Amino acid sequence: MTISVSMTVNGKAASGNVEARTLLVQFLREHMGLTGTHVGCDTSQCGACVVDVDGASAKSCTILAVQAEGAKVTTIEGLAESAEKLHPMQEAFREHHGLQCGFCTPGMVMSAIDLVKRNNYQVTEDIVRHGLEGNICRCTGYHNIVKAIVAGAASMKAAGV
Amino acid sequence: MYDFAYHKPKSVADAAAAVKKASDGKLMSGGMTLIPTLKQRLAHPSDVVDLAGVSDLVGIKVDATGVTIGAMTKHADVASSADVARAIPALAALAGGIGDRQVRNRGTIGGSVANNDPAADYPAALVALGATVTTNERKIAAEDFFKGMFETALKDGEIVTSVSFPTATKAAYMKFPNPASRYAMVGVFVAQTASGPRVAVTGAGPAVFRVKAMEEALAKSWSADAVANVKVPAEGLNSDIHASAEYRAHLVTVMAKRAVAAAG
Ligand SMILES: Cc1cc2nc3c(=O)[nH]c(=O)nc-3n(C[C@H](O)[C@H](O)[C@H](O)COP(=O)(O)OP(=O)(O)OC[C@H]3O[C@@H](n4cnc5c(N)ncnc54)[C@H](O)[C@@H]3O)c2cc1C
Ligand code: FES
Ligand code: FES
Repeated sequence: MTISVSMTVNGKAASGNVEARTLLVQFLREHMGLTGTHVGCDTSQCGACVVDVDGASAKSCTILAVQAEGAKVTTIEGLAESAEKLHPMQEAFREHHGLQCGFCTPGMVMSAIDLVKRNNYQVTEDIVRHGLEGNICRCTGYHNIVKAIVAGAASMKAAGV
Repeated sequence: MYDFAYHKPKSVADAAAAVKKASDGKLMSGGMTLIPTLKQRLAHPSDVVDLAGVSDLVGIKVDATGVTIGAMTKHADVASSADVARAIPALAALAGGIGDRQVRNRGTIGGSVANNDPAADYPAALVALGATVTTNERKIAAEDFFKGMFETALKDGEIVTSVSFPTATKAAYMKFPNPASRYAMVGVFVAQTASGPRVAVTGAGPAVFRVKAMEEALAKSWSADAVANVKVPAEGLNSDIHASAEYRAHLVTVMAKRAVAAAG
């Protein structure tokens, strides 16, 4: 069944005709060419595909594109102000070496931003470790990711984003 | 995933009609279980009926007797509800421990109870607190609702509309989560209810079950020590790569002790 969908992606109107079974992540990657959102598993466990849907982080591999009809979606591509000026959380990952291969990073950053906002920009190591239960990293051992998010929370607050 | 026809009705009646009309219709709430199942081609419905357009299925009502949660209410909203935290704190805590943040942002109580995964958390709360499941056709007591592995009293196309939990004087839930999925390897919900203490176990068996021996021990004395010596037989419990039946049986007593201690 082909259905037309429209939503707002990174602040711009986006629409297309998709099959009912098309996942949001496929719509983003294959229809819109936004390949920053990754797919790392088929069991909804790894979090590489996390995007923001109407203000809540969500696994775009476990949402149909039609379920996002009318939604405001933000992907990793929608965070940086410009190629020169990264989002404070992205900058914190760079600064604190919060990535190695980078595959999990888009999902980590998206989950981190949601986590920081929900906790009123006040996060502890413990809150971050629990908050990342839906994101798996095969490389870093998490230590630097946690450091980056704690630091990123403070820079987000300072930058007012 | 095989393709299907997609529907987004605005009322429960229209949703029921859409499922009925389809040759093999499936309801969808959060999709956090249904979509992975479709991706693995473990199900092949002709039609998917999305309940997201039925706005009167969302919401939490709290009064002096208990808490009623609409079927489409997300785990994250139960977890963060100050009203639920006041009326039945153990219920809010349970919802906050389901899966991970992203699963809680989309998964719903209606989908969770309808699915009746042997390792799901909510069934333990429903059975321990003596909750009632309301559908578009009737009311079903929790104990008559959960029938077996992934099996409930729901008829084909019957829609869960809400779940009502009576308050308890004491209650707590403790789970030993699978470290990857966060599903319960074993979860124990204990409650001091109007009809006496109740102990409900999820994750250990094919479906949620009560441990009468623990309930009797707690009726004599509400303390962690009272359940410490009650052993649950391993026979018939789940055994998989994560834990043997014997290990799960052992965990039931450990989690029950912790839950009673946490309930105070
Ligand atoms: C990575 C991961 C970790 C998880 N961890 C946990 C955990 O720790 N504990 C836990 O309890 N759960 C866990 N879950 C499951 C999660 O809670 C699901 O949200 C829940 O089981 C299903 O709810 P849903 O709203 O997503 O339902 P859906 O996936 O939409 O539906 C599930 C089933 O119920 C039927 N259905 C849905 N709504 C209704 C209704 N109103 N009436 C009748 N039938 C209906 C559907 O047809 C389908 O068969 C996890 C899931 C994932 C992906
Ligand atoms: S790709 Fe979505 S959770 Fe793994
Ligand atoms: S940096 Fe490689 S998976 Fe996380």
